Amino acid sequence: MTRRIKEIIIKYIFFLFALVSVIVLGLIVSSLFREGLPVFKSVSLKDFIFGMEWYPTYDPPSFGIFPLIFGSFIVTVFATVIAVPLGVLAAIYISEIAPQAIKESLKSVIELLAGLPSVVLGFFGMVIVAPWLQETFDLPTGLNIINASVILAIMAIPTISSISEDALYAVPNEFKEASYALGATKYETITKIILPAALSGISTAVMLGMARAIGETMVVLMVAGGAAAIPESIFDSVRPMPASIAAEMGETPYGSPHYHALFAIGMVLFFLTLMFNLIADYASHKFRQTGSATL
Amino acid sequence: MRWRYLKQSVFFGLVSASALIITLVLGGIIFYIITNGYSVISLDFITKPPTDSMTKGGIMPAIIGTIYLTVGAIAIGLPFGIASAIYLTEYARQGKIVRIIKIGINCLAGVPSVVFGLFGLGFFVIFLKFGSSILAGSLTLGFLILPTIIGASEEALKSVPQTFREASLSLGVSKWQTIYRIVLPNALPGILTGSILGIGRAAGETAPIMFTAAAFFTAKLPSSIFDEVMALPYHIYVLATAGTNIEATRPIQFGTVLVLVGVVLGIDLIAIIIRGYMRRKKRW
Repeated sequence: MTRRIKEIIIKYIFFLFALVSVIVLGLIVSSLFREGLPVFKSVSLKDFIFGMEWYPTYDPPSFGIFPLIFGSFIVTVFATVIAVPLGVLAAIYISEIAPQAIKESLKSVIELLAGLPSVVLGFFGMVIVAPWLQETFDLPTGLNIINASVILAIMAIPTISSISEDALYAVPNEFKEASYALGATKYETITKIILPAALSGISTAVMLGMARAIGETMVVLMVAGGAAAIPESIFDSVRPMPASIAAEMGETPYGSPHYHALFAIGMVLFFLTLMFNLIADYASHKFRQTGSATL
Repeated sequence: MRWRYLKQSVFFGLVSASALIITLVLGGIIFYIITNGYSVISLDFITKPPTDSMTKGGIMPAIIGTIYLTVGAIAIGLPFGIASAIYLTEYARQGKIVRIIKIGINCLAGVPSVVFGLFGLGFFVIFLKFGSSILAGSLTLGFLILPTIIGASEEALKSVPQTFREASLSLGVSKWQTIYRIVLPNALPGILTGSILGIGRAAGETAPIMFTAAAFFTAKLPSSIFDEVMALPYHIYVLATAGTNIEATRPIQFGTVLVLVGVVLGIDLIAIIIRGYMRRKKRW
C-alpha cells in the first residue's frame, strides 16, 4: 500500500515539473501584456503598428514601429534567400551523396556553426564584413541590410540544414529503389522523387530558420546600423525590432511610455515567431509522408 | 543521354560546393578569431580584472560571471527539463493535458531570446524585485534552455527499447524503480548530450542577460546571488559597440571572443564526443 502511494506521489511530482513549462509560457505572455499594453494609453494600435515615425525620446514622443517591422522583415527575407539554397543543398549532400566519414564530420561542422554565440557572429560582422563592404562598394557605413542578412543567414543555415536533412533521411528507401529501377539517374531521383517527398519537412525547416532569423537580436543590434527609417537600398541601415528593444531598454526609465512601447514590440515579436512556429508545425503535420503507401 | 549526366554533374557540383562553403565559413570564422586573439591570451588575461577604463588588464570577472550564470541556468533547466521529459514519456497518457503541455514546450522553444530577456526583466527583476542579479539572469537562461533539454531528454527516453521496461515490470518491479534503475541509466548519455548542448547555448547568450544580470563593470566580484555580474558575451558587446575606446580595446575584444568561443565550442565538442562514443557502445 505505501509503495502504491509513493508511486502516485512520484507521478504527481513529475507532473508538476512538466506543468512548469506551460506556466512559464503563460508568465511570458502575461509579463509582456502587463508591461506592453499600457503603451496603448498614449498611442492607438493602428498608429503603433503602421506609424512611420519611431521617435520615442522626443517631446512629444512618437511610437510608430512600422520602420522597425519593415527592417525585421527585409533582413529576414534576404537572410532566407541566402540561407535556403545553401542549407537545403548542403542537406542533400549530407543525406544523399557524401561518403560516411564526410557525412559525420559535416554534421559536426553544422552543429558547431549552430553553437557559435550570436554576439561572436555579430562581432565578426562588425570587424570583417562591415569594413570590407564599406571599401568595396564605397559606402558611408558597412553596417547595413546586406551585412545583417549575410550574418543572419549564417545563423539560419544550421537550423535549415539539419531539419531538411532529417526530412530527406525519412524518405522511404523504396521510393529511391523504384526510381532507379525505372532507369532514372541519381539527379533525377533526388529532384523528382526525394525532394517532393521531403517537401513538408523542408518547408518546416525554412519556417523555423526564418523564425530564428527574425528573433535574433545581437546580430541585428551590432551590424544592421540602427536607422529607424524605411531603407531605399540594400546598403542602407535598418533598425529591426529586436535591435530596438536591446539598444533602448537600458536607457529607458521604468514605467515610461517608451518602456511600455519596447514591451509592446516584444509582443509583436512574440506573436510573429509564434506564427512562424505554428505554420511550421502545421506544415510538418499536414503534408507528412507517413509511409510509402500514402503517396 | 549525355545531357542527363551533364545535368547531374552540375547538380552534384553545386551541392558539394554548398557543403564546402558552409565548412569554409565556420573554418574561416574560427581561424580569424584564433589568429587575432591568441596573442592576447595569457595567464594574466584570464586571471586579472580589467584596468585603465577597460583598455588594459584581463577579463577574470567576466569569466567568473559567465560561470555563475551558466551554473545557475543548469540548476534551473536540468531538473525541470529532465523531470518534464520523464513525465511526458513515461507517465503521461496521451490526452488533452499532455497535448497542451507539448504545445507549450514547442512555443517556448520558438520564443526569441530577447523576449526571454523582456520576460526576465518584467517578471524576475521588477515584479519579483530580484533586481538585475545573478538570480534573475540564471532563471531567465534556465527557462531559455528548458525546451532544448526537454526535447533531448524525450528523444533519449524514447530510444530505450520498450522491452526493457516490460521485462522489468514483469518481474514485479514498480514503475518508479523501473524508470530509476532501468530507463534512466540507458537514456543518460542521450540526456547528457542534449543538455550539454543547451548549456553551451546558455553560456553564449547575450540578449537574455542584458537587462536581467549583466553589468558593464563591477568593482568587486559578486558576493551573493542578488549582485550584478560581468559576463563574457556582454563584455564583447559593450567593448565592441558602446565604449569610447573601441579601437584601443580591440585586442581585448578579440581575446574575449576567443575565450568565449573556446568555452562554448569546447562544451559543444564534449557533447559531440559523448554522442559518438555512445553510438559505438550501444548495446541494442
